[in-house]
Amino acid sequence: MATVLELKGITKKFPGVLANDNVNFDLQSGEIHALLGENGAGKTTLMNVLYGLYRPDQGEIFRNGQPIAMHSPKDAITHGIGMVHQHFMLVPVFTVTENIMLGAETIKNGILARREVSGQIRELSRQYGLDIDPDTFVRDLPVGIQQRVEIVKTLYRKADILILDEPTAVLTPQEADDLFRIMRELTSKGVSIIFITHKLKEVLAIADRITVMRAGRVAGTTTPAETDEHRLAAMMVGREVILNVEKKPAEPGEEMLQVRQLHVADQRGLETVRGITFSVREGEILGIAGVQGNGQTELVEALTGLCRTRGGQVFLNGHDVTGKSPRPVIETGMAHIPEDRQRHGLVLSYPVADNLILCTYYLPPFGVNGVLHNRAVDENAGKLVQAYDIRTPSAYTVVSKLSGGNQQKVIVARELSRSVHLLIANQPTRGLDVGSIEYIHRQIVDMRDRGVAVLLVSAELDEIMSLADRIAVIYRGQIVAVVDADKVSRAELGLMMAGSAQKSEAVPAA
Amino acid sequence: MDWKRYGFIALIIIVLVGVVVLVGASQDSPKVIIVSMLTTTIAVATPLTLGALCGIFCERAGVVNIGIEGMMLAAAFFGWFGAIYCNTILKMPKMPSLLFGLLAAILTGGLFGLLHAWLSVTFKVDQIIGGTVINLLAMGISGFLNRQLFFESGSIFGGQVPHAPGTLPRIHIPVLADLPVVGKIFDQQPITIAAILLVVIVHFVLFYTRWGLRTRSVGEHPRAADTVGINVIRMRYANVIIGGCIAGLGGAYFTLESVPSFEPLMTNGRGFIALAAMIFGNWSPFGAWAAALVFGSASALQINLQQYRAYIPAQWAFLQQSYVVGLVPYILTMLILTGIIGKTTAPAADGVPYEK
Repeated sequence: MATVLELKGITKKFPGVLANDNVNFDLQSGEIHALLGENGAGKTTLMNVLYGLYRPDQGEIFRNGQPIAMHSPKDAITHGIGMVHQHFMLVPVFTVTENIMLGAETIKNGILARREVSGQIRELSRQYGLDIDPDTFVRDLPVGIQQRVEIVKTLYRKADILILDEPTAVLTPQEADDLFRIMRELTSKGVSIIFITHKLKEVLAIADRITVMRAGRVAGTTTPAETDEHRLAAMMVGREVILNVEKKPAEPGEEMLQVRQLHVADQRGLETVRGITFSVREGEILGIAGVQGNGQTELVEALTGLCRTRGGQVFLNGHDVTGKSPRPVIETGMAHIPEDRQRHGLVLSYPVADNLILCTYYLPPFGVNGVLHNRAVDENAGKLVQAYDIRTPSAYTVVSKLSGGNQQKVIVARELSRSVHLLIANQPTRGLDVGSIEYIHRQIVDMRDRGVAVLLVSAELDEIMSLADRIAVIYRGQIVAVVDADKVSRAELGLMMAGSAQKSEAVPAA
Repeated sequence: MDWKRYGFIALIIIVLVGVVVLVGASQDSPKVIIVSMLTTTIAVATPLTLGALCGIFCERAGVVNIGIEGMMLAAAFFGWFGAIYCNTILKMPKMPSLLFGLLAAILTGGLFGLLHAWLSVTFKVDQIIGGTVINLLAMGISGFLNRQLFFESGSIFGGQVPHAPGTLPRIHIPVLADLPVVGKIFDQQPITIAAILLVVIVHFVLFYTRWGLRTRSVGEHPRAADTVGINVIRMRYANVIIGGCIAGLGGAYFTLESVPSFEPLMTNGRGFIALAAMIFGNWSPFGAWAAALVFGSASALQINLQQYRAYIPAQWAFLQQSYVVGLVPYILTMLILTGIIGKTTAPAADGVPYEK
C-alpha cells in the first residue's frame, strides 16, 4: 500500500489555545483511517488544515510524497481531497444534480448542462452502489441519502481521499450500516477515507487503523485488532473511564408523569406530536428513543410548558399541568435539562452564580420582597460549584466562558439541587466529552435511585440502552413501541426507530 | 409560482378593467377602453417590474434590499439632471441627451447598489437599516440638489428649471404593433420594452446559467457555496450592484419616459410596492412581473377613470373621489401581503450576513 497523504508536524495555535501540537498523520491507499477524539481534541482543526480552511503555523502536507500547499478548499479539491461536513453543505431547494455541479458546472452554449451531468451522476451512483436519483430535490431526501449526495459531490470532483466528519451523528443505526457498506465499497475501488468520530463502537467496526487525539496531540495510533473500547476510551480521556453505567434494578413506585393523547404543533403549525400517551413512574427512567426530528423537541417543550399543546392532557404528581406556563410546572416539581443548553438552559452572559438561581430567584432565601439577597446567592453558588464539581475560575465567571461539560454541570446543579419529582433530560450529553458524560449519567441514575421519575430523550441509542429502564420509541410524532430496556436489542430498536414496528407488536405502555 | 396565483392576478385585472368598461360604456366602446387600460397597465407597471427585478437580484444572492425606493428616486433625479445638463449646458441634441441621462440613471442605481453591498456585505450592517439609510440618503440628495441646482440664482442653470429634452420616444415594434386593435398595446416606450425583455433575461440568467446557479446558492446556503470554491462576498457584491443598475433604469422611467420633469419624492412608494410584487411573485421574474401588472392595473384604473368621471353612476359616486381610487394599489398591496393567496418562501439566507 502506498501512502497517499501525510501530515507532518502540524501545529496550529489559536489565541490562548494550542489546537494542534506537532501532529503527524498519514493515510494509506484504500484504507479507512479513523480519527478519534473528544470534542476539542483538535480533530476538526486538523481536518480544516488539511482542507485548506486554516493555515498551519508549522508543518507540511504531502500528497503522494510531494509537498503541497493548501490555501483554500479549492486547493483541496484540486488535490483530490473531498470532505463530507457534519452539517451538510447542500442547498435544499436545489436538485441533486444542481448541488453536485455547483462550483464545477458543465456549460453547453452558455446553458447549464443539467441532463449531461445528471447522466454522469447516475453512472457514478451505479458504480459505487449509492442509489441516488439526480433529479429529486435535496429537501425531499432523507438524511442518509443526503449524505450520499455529499459523497457523490466529492467523487464527481474526482476526489480519491474522502474526509467524513462525524458522519453517523445524524443517522439511524440502519443508515449507519448502509454508510459503512458504502465506505467499504469506496475503499475497494481505491478511495481512501479519513473517518472522524467519537463513537468507539463504530471505530472498532469499520476502521483499518485508528489514530486517537487528545488535547491537540496524537495520543497513539492502533488497529481494531490490537485494542478495545476500554483502551480507546482511556486513550481519549487520558485515564480509566467507566463506559457502562452501573445501576441496580429499578424500583418503580407511583405514576409521576402521565401524558394522555398529547398533540403538539411546531412553529410552522405542522403537527409533530400526534397523539402520544405514556407515563413515567417514580424511581424509573423512561427513555424516548428516536431519530432527531420525530417530535421529541416539541414533546419536551409541551411537557415543560415552553410551547402550547393542541390537545391531550399532562398530569404531574396528580396535578393537571396541561398548557401551564413553565413556572407553575417547575413549582409542581419538574426539573428540565434542555436540548440546547446555550439557548434554553443558560443565560450565557450571566455569571455562574446567577445561572444557578434562575428557577428560584424570586423565592426566599434569594428574593425577599422583590430584592435579591446576594449573600444567599453567593452561598448557594459556592455550595453547588463544589458539590457538582463545576470547574470554573470563580462563581462570578460569565457562564459562556466555561466548557460545554461545565456549562451542562451548571444546569444539572441548578435543576437537581431543588426538590423535584420529575426530571426531563433532553439530549443531556450531546457534544460532551467522555468524562462529563460519565458524570451526568451518574447523576441521572442517582436521581432515579432517590425516587425521582426520569424522562430521558436521546438520539444516542447507547445512552438510552445503558440508562433507561423502559424505552419508548418515537417515530413521526407517535410512540410506536414501549419496551423493557433489557428485553430489546440494538437492531430491534433501530428498526423501530426507522418506523418499521407494527403497533400490534408493541408492548402496551405500562 | 402556481396557477392559483396567476388566476388571482388575472381575476383582479379583469375586475379593474371591467369597472372602467362599465363606467365608460356610454362614451367609448369596450374594445377601446380595454386596449387603453392594458396599454396604461403595462406602462405604469414598468418601475414596479424593474424595482422587483432589482429586489430579485439582491435577495436571491442573500441581501435584503428595502432601498429600491431610494435607488429609483436618486436615479430619477440624476437621470433627469444628466439629460438636462447634456442638452442645456453641453448643447447636445435631444436624443443623445436623453441617452446620457439614461446612462446616468443606471450608474446612479449601480452606485447606490455598491453602497448597499458595502454596508450589508462588508460591514454586515443590519440590512433593513442599510436600506433605510439608502432611502433617506436618496431623498436628501435629490431634494437638496434639486433645490440648489434649479432654484438658486447662482446655479449653473441660473435659478430656473430649464426646458427638458422631453421623454424617450415610443418604439414601433414591427408586426406586433401593426396588429389591428391590440397593436396599440405594443406601442410602448423603450424602458417599458426593456423591462419586459429583462423579465425574460433575468429568468434565463437565474435558472439556466452558471451565474444564476451560483447566485442562488449564495442566497440559500452561502457556506455550501464557499466549500465548493465560490466567492460568496464577490457574488453578493456583483448581484447587488446589478440589481442597483436595474433599479436605476426603473428610476429613469419617472423622469425620462413618463414625464419630462422631476419632483421631490416622485417615486411615491413605488419601490416598496415593487418589493411587494417581488414577494407576491415568489422571488421569480415572471411572478414579479405578473404581480407588477396587478398593481399597474390599479394605477391604470385611476388614470382611465378620470376621463369618464362625469359618467360615474350616482350609486358609485365614491369613485368620483380620486383619492378613493388612488388608494386601490396600496390596499391591494396590503391584501396581497397578508398571504391570502398562500405563502411564498424567501431565499433561506436572505438578509443574513456571511461569516466565514
